[in-house]
Amino acid sequence: MSSTRMTPERESSSPLPVPSPLPQPPVASAADATPASVGAALSPIRDFLSKRGSGSFADNSFAAVMLLCACSIFAIVLFIFVILVVHSRLSLIQFGWKFFTRQAWDPVSGDFGALPFIYGTLATSLLALCMAVPLALGVAIFLTELCPRVLRAPISFLTELLAAIPSVVYGLWAVFVLVPLMRDLIGPFLYKILGWTGFFEGTNFGVGLLTASMILAIMILPIISSLTRDIMNAVPNSQREAVLALGATRWEMIRIGVLRNSRIGIVGAIMLGLGRALGETMAVTMVIGNHPDISKSLFAPGYTLASVIANEFSEATGDLYLSALIEIGLALFLVTIVVNAIARLMVWAVTRNAPARVN
Amino acid sequence: MSTQPLSNQPRPMDFESGSMRRNTARRSATNYFVSGLCILATVLVILPLVAILFYLIYKGASSLNLAFFTHIPAPVGEVGGGMANSIVGSGIVLFLASLMGIPIGIAAGVYLAEFGRGKTLATAVRFTADVLNGVPSIVMGISIYSLIVVQQKHFSALAGGVALAIMMVPTITRTTEEMLATVPHAIREAALGLGVPKWRTAISVSLRTASPGIITGCMLAFARVAGETAPLLFTAFGNQFWSFKLSEPIAALPLQIYVYAISPYDEWHRLAWAGSLVLIVLIMVSVTLVRIFANRGVLKGGS
Amino acid sequence: MKLKVIAAAVLALVTAGANAQNINGAGATFPYPIYSKWFSEYSALHPEVKINYQSIGSGGGIRQVSEGTVDFGASDSPMTNDQLSAAKVKVMHIPTVLGAVVPVYNIPGINKDLNFSGDVIADIYLGKITKWNDSRIAKDNPGANLPDKAILPVYRSDGSGTTFIFTDYLSKVSSGWNSGPGKGASIKWPTGIGQKGNEGVAGMVRQSPFSFGYVELIYAETNKMSFGAVRNASGKFLKASTGGVTAAAAGAAKTMPADYRVSITNAPGADAYPISSFTWLLIPTHSTDANKAKALADFLGWMLDHGEGEAAALTYAPLPKQVQDMVRKSIANVK
Repeated sequence: MSSTRMTPERESSSPLPVPSPLPQPPVASAADATPASVGAALSPIRDFLSKRGSGSFADNSFAAVMLLCACSIFAIVLFIFVILVVHSRLSLIQFGWKFFTRQAWDPVSGDFGALPFIYGTLATSLLALCMAVPLALGVAIFLTELCPRVLRAPISFLTELLAAIPSVVYGLWAVFVLVPLMRDLIGPFLYKILGWTGFFEGTNFGVGLLTASMILAIMILPIISSLTRDIMNAVPNSQREAVLALGATRWEMIRIGVLRNSRIGIVGAIMLGLGRALGETMAVTMVIGNHPDISKSLFAPGYTLASVIANEFSEATGDLYLSALIEIGLALFLVTIVVNAIARLMVWAVTRNAPARVN
Repeated sequence: MSTQPLSNQPRPMDFESGSMRRNTARRSATNYFVSGLCILATVLVILPLVAILFYLIYKGASSLNLAFFTHIPAPVGEVGGGMANSIVGSGIVLFLASLMGIPIGIAAGVYLAEFGRGKTLATAVRFTADVLNGVPSIVMGISIYSLIVVQQKHFSALAGGVALAIMMVPTITRTTEEMLATVPHAIREAALGLGVPKWRTAISVSLRTASPGIITGCMLAFARVAGETAPLLFTAFGNQFWSFKLSEPIAALPLQIYVYAISPYDEWHRLAWAGSLVLIVLIMVSVTLVRIFANRGVLKGGS
Repeated sequence: MKLKVIAAAVLALVTAGANAQNINGAGATFPYPIYSKWFSEYSALHPEVKINYQSIGSGGGIRQVSEGTVDFGASDSPMTNDQLSAAKVKVMHIPTVLGAVVPVYNIPGINKDLNFSGDVIADIYLGKITKWNDSRIAKDNPGANLPDKAILPVYRSDGSGTTFIFTDYLSKVSSGWNSGPGKGASIKWPTGIGQKGNEGVAGMVRQSPFSFGYVELIYAETNKMSFGAVRNASGKFLKASTGGVTAAAAGAAKTMPADYRVSITNAPGADAYPISSFTWLLIPTHSTDANKAKALADFLGWMLDHGEGEAAALTYAPLPKQVQDMVRKSIANVK
């Protein structure tokens, strides 16, 4: 609509390229304003436009609002960090760095250390990765390289669904299905086969590090597999064709053409899965046993950073107890930030340069 | 390519040699083996999902009844009761979260895509959003507790909404940005060339073109926070009665499922399964809607 | 346009039920079954008053009422002097009912009630007794066919009044416990696995064969769990009952201090059940909202007149007569 009205104005202004002597109200950019400004007094359109105000004000304020919202993300992260530091200062001062290397967790005498929780978190997360990564890679390879076209959509839809199931529902399922299964079937089997390693010692009650790791593995599988799939899809087909043309089998094509090109991205996807596993709360809390202890046996109950907060935060009496819990939150926050940051950098490195890596 | 090198091969019939044949056999065996492993992995992954879903439907459907949707929880140990207030409570908290999270998320995405191209600040925002996406929800819960609950001196639906809103922002921001990036520059240039101001272009042209994709992002974020329990433990807190006030503790479906799941009562276990089924169906519906929108988005973005 | 609709919806949400009186409380899981019954009955009688009670544990009740984030707390461990002075609001204790903590176990094949001495229970949680057929358990249970299986001790992972009562008792009967973990709402457990709430512990013990835990009597009763008899101060093995709890409270009722903070574990008397306790509501003496305080005081009056009568049906013991009279006077201070 505005274009049709513009036309006569342009015609009237074109024969008069001389700048008008009249003082003009400031206009956004001088370059395109000068030729048009002459006709301003004459044209009702120009009048309308100038009455509507300069676009630059609206543009700038719009940009400013958008910028504000973007910066609010900074603000949120910063604010979480500040809150955690401020509220954990009591424990920070009392225990210092030793907090992370002490084993004690004794609310009666006010003696706190995070080591058992760090151990529980790392042990369950890494164990979950060990179980989930091969499976996730298998699924991703199957979906991108082997799967018949008909099955591709339903299977990837199913795995995405797996990602959408809430944590608490996984926990519910774990409590009523996985725990008895562990106690009566998987646990004794593992003890028989791998009992000599010492990792499956002690009595198996169904709850403990191993069960928590298994539920974590199930939960991070879809994340790793769908990210890996995206990354593998980003490998250009010319790479595959080139390897196949050299007479490679399909697996060699996958190994040389696909996996080698996307390995950094896959590592990144795994790190993202790790980040998720570290912070996972509800399902783990329901099956890990909640006992702050460091034990070699995977049947033993453990405790994670996130689940100690979930269990004890709302009822911690005493300022030191509370601030110790918040310091655990701070540790969790920092660890997941670092893991996520590394992961994102890796994924970016691949997905950004993927087309450029054809060399 | 010339055939020159081939003719220069000293032993053209090498393929027939024993070692070569063994090699080929080994390679193809590896190929089949690995393919088999991949298929096995896929089956192993699909299996628990199907198991979980079926168990859930079996347990949940047998426990669902009309009372579940119309009644509030019965006192401990008594038969009956439902989760009506939790369903409504979840709705209120999620509505609040969307009200706060979606505009901020979209605006930040617009900044990244339309104004921040190539700027260091934009890269930093993008990175922070990704990092925020990975912050454990329980940490979000304790932060909001310290900020809102302790300051206001009461647990509230509002605090729960804020916690969930913060969790929605990064997902929405990143999808909005990615979707806006798919809008062809020609369309923007056409609008700008017609004298449409930049802000108007961003809203009426870029955002509108990318809207299916952005809606997808919002739904994904919504589905993600709909099942969150951890941030609500210390904020929304739970309520066994109806509550519509934003300044009061409010019931939420995931919260109630957690309470019921760890309880010793069969009646409550039954309700927990039914609640899970309802929650899953709600989330599945939104994920499915997302896929429909996403497919439409691809078509529209390309046109 | 859309914005207006949204704004109207929000406004409607905010104003809806504005005249109703919502009172929020949180705390002990020990009396939760009776509280949830009381509150649900009370709101049926007085639709304008809704008392929302979340059973997050006694530690939680003390913490949240001290922070002022709830209108009242509930606890089965009385607040310590330090906690009272640290609280941001002045808090008074109002006893509501009495209850018993019972040792529960899940041993497939054993239907007989087992007997437990206090020191045996302490040593199970200290990790000194690890098998069900340990000679010391067998000594208290002649004729019981105890299996050669490991004991899975289950404890409360949250700050808990039940834990306080239980460990208070263990500290009195076992020197090893007193010098070791000690007593408190949350302590450092030498062994076992933690579960949240009485509900969690009962749920865990029910789910796991050969486990051992401690819960409030009603949780064992409603879930038809086996629970053992405990040896009391005069050496008699006694199963928990309202009568045993009342007997344990008899002495304390006569010498009740004005702030109601007493421990009645391991009380003397041949019929006194040893792991008994009062449970308290923690009520700020000066509420920020006079209407809420009024509604709460009304509820407390109703509780004394009608609520106490329902206690026995849920296996809680009602307050002794003398204590009821004291509480009636104290309610006048709720404002």
